[in-house]
Amino acid sequence: MGRLKLFLPLGLFIVLAGFLLRGLQLDPQAMPSALIDKPLPEFELTVLGGNGQRVTRQQVIGEVALFNVWATWCVSCRVEHPYLTQLAAEGVPIYGINYKDEDGAALQWLRELGDPYRLNIVDTEGSLGLDLGVFGAPETYIVDALGVIRYRHVGVVDARVWLEVLEPIVQQLRQEEES
Amino acid sequence: MNRTALCARTAVGLLLLLFLQPALAVIETYEFEQESLRERYGVLTAELRCPKCQNQNIADSNAPIAQDLRKQLYEQLHAGSSDEEIVEYMVSRYGEFVMYRPRLNQVTLVLWLAPVILLALALWVLLSSLRRRTGVDTPVSLTAAEQAKLDAIVADSGASNVATDDAATNSTATNNSGSNNATLKGTSND
Repeated sequence: MGRLKLFLPLGLFIVLAGFLLRGLQLDPQAMPSALIDKPLPEFELTVLGGNGQRVTRQQVIGEVALFNVWATWCVSCRVEHPYLTQLAAEGVPIYGINYKDEDGAALQWLRELGDPYRLNIVDTEGSLGLDLGVFGAPETYIVDALGVIRYRHVGVVDARVWLEVLEPIVQQLRQEEES
Repeated sequence: MNRTALCARTAVGLLLLLFLQPALAVIETYEFEQESLRERYGVLTAELRCPKCQNQNIADSNAPIAQDLRKQLYEQLHAGSSDEEIVEYMVSRYGEFVMYRPRLNQVTLVLWLAPVILLALALWVLLSSLRRRTGVDTPVSLTAAEQAKLDAIVADSGASNVATDDAATNSTATNNSGSNNATLKGTSND
């Protein structure tokens, strides 16, 4: 017993090293959204390029869709834009939330780079963003047919993220919807 | 000609600096109707954590999201919300993460109790090592065979006591304490 005690520091070291090793593989920026499994917040905002047309929550729910928070000041948004355009061409419904942006700049962006969005909700004040718990762009939410937020992805959506993370969730939600 | 161009360029550069400086340093100021509101604003901005820049509170951070949260906080304070309501508002959007002082619940129980447990553990180790050093610890009992061996050693060193003067005094001292111990242990053993 007395001799076993000598191994105590080694044991402690191994436990500590184990924690540190695990820490290396964790993303410190990754945070679970507080709104998972909560309904998409209520809002009434204007549609980008819609001449003052209003849009509410009821008009954008009804099927499994992506909600993409973007802005022209956001560099990573430019990176993910081509992939979103490709997804939209494949028939994935994507709604845009134009977060704290200027309408003119946003419209020009869509003219130049293509428009993957069903429609864009203008969130100049960031009020919808605040209700969603957005802390930066880009962020992408998966909302189910009942308007419940099921997943949040912080950062760029690319082929890897879509195929490995988002698409399986979207497929599963569609199956749930059918059954 | 070259010189004027250089001068002009420097002037433009300095002008640019002049314009940039306040833009970088700006942090919004709020006017409070009551002193108590200002104090609560101070406490809450210190305790709410910026979701984007994870190791700063919203008072320290100038990230856009921290500005938004400060604005929210200011508006809600003036709308008459209680501290609990405001914290609840933030937590419902950004999760438990936004609190620098996490609530006591199942997940954070270990976090809250760990210091107490570690302190108790440290005290226990300290006390037990102190007790061992002062020798109050219960004596280790010898088996009959060990006791016989010890007696033999004691008797043996007793016999060689008369060697030289120096060695004699030395070994008597050890001898005495040794035999004392032996008797002590002998009695406790019986």
